[in-house]
Amino acid sequence: MNRTAFLLFIFSLVAFYLIGSNNEASLEAYEVISEEQRDSLTTERAYEQVMNVLMHPRCMNCHPTDDVPKQGMDRHPHYFGMSRGKENKGFSVTKCATCHQEENNLNSGVPGAPHWSLAPSSMGWQGLSRSEIAQRLLNPETNGGKSHEELVTHMTEDELVLWAWNPGVDANGVQREKPPVSEEDFKKAVEKWFDEGAPIPSK
Amino acid sequence: MKIALKVNGEQHSLEIADENTPLLWIVRDLLNLKGTKFGCGKAACGACTLHVDGEAVRSCSYAVKFADGKKVTTIEGLRNEEAPHPVQQAWLEHVVPQCGYCQPGFMMATAALISKNQEPTDEDIDNNIINICRCATYYRMRKAIHRAAELERDRLSLSTKNIENGEE
Ligand code: FES
Ligand code: FES
Repeated sequence: MNRTAFLLFIFSLVAFYLIGSNNEASLEAYEVISEEQRDSLTTERAYEQVMNVLMHPRCMNCHPTDDVPKQGMDRHPHYFGMSRGKENKGFSVTKCATCHQEENNLNSGVPGAPHWSLAPSSMGWQGLSRSEIAQRLLNPETNGGKSHEELVTHMTEDELVLWAWNPGVDANGVQREKPPVSEEDFKKAVEKWFDEGAPIPSK
Repeated sequence: MKIALKVNGEQHSLEIADENTPLLWIVRDLLNLKGTKFGCGKAACGACTLHVDGEAVRSCSYAVKFADGKKVTTIEGLRNEEAPHPVQQAWLEHVVPQCGYCQPGFMMATAALISKNQEPTDEDIDNNIINICRCATYYRMRKAIHRAAELERDRLSLSTKNIENGEE
């Protein structure tokens, strides 16, 4: 009796799996739900996603509060004593562009993107909380005079910002980790958050 | 891809199969200018430093496509024995090299430094001359950099005087 029940149970599991995996209607339904979920992105969730990206080393490493760029997932200080220098682009002779070109160098593992530089010190984020970062981001006195509209453009179109999703390989040829939110979802989250007036949750 | 380069004053037109080939490979292997050295291949040591349009770059990490239409200067093009560049003169005076392998990179970085700053402080040197020398010639190097800057100041004031006197 127990054995029969057990066999029936296994059979129904297999049948359920086979029907489910061959059923196109259920796959479509899954996609529809996924779209709906996207449309129903809440402002809080959008804020969370934006911040999850901004807090990731791919973004944070070039937003130091101590003038020293950071490298790697462990955020160690940039080798060779490099620091901000003049205009966020290094020193007069040894500058960011001495090694960093307009695109990733897959031979040397040196990352690159157009106008490679540190974020200005007023946009230093390291060590700040999410809401403090958001405040700096939104404040025209710290963000270089940018309106919300200009911030959306900067965050969704600037090639150096978007480098985070094309970070290339490191000096050992290992692919650099990307931010935890996809480029597409990040752009959607940015648009949603700013559409709602970019509120910063109080907690 | 066709690449046009002016290297040490000489125009070259090169057919390059891979536009991402490091400029260092082109300079050493195609143009046979062996003065520029390969050290790390990762933009870390500076042995491969040369100038592209007057700016110091690490040519092991510089795709040749970015140099298209630009002027490249290597250690061979700095100056010659009859008229040494201030950096070469200072290096000779202070007998800087030990094994010598890193020196062309340091000299090119220094040449770029004194072209922009004829009175570099020790801090300027620390910030800008960050190449690596395994023989640790840093002590002599620092003295030579200050001397090269002094020679460059002399050279500039001399040429200013010549211009004032109507000479070229
Ligand atoms: S060989 Fe280019 S920096 Fe070391
Ligand atoms: S002189 Fe030998 S590495 Fe510098």
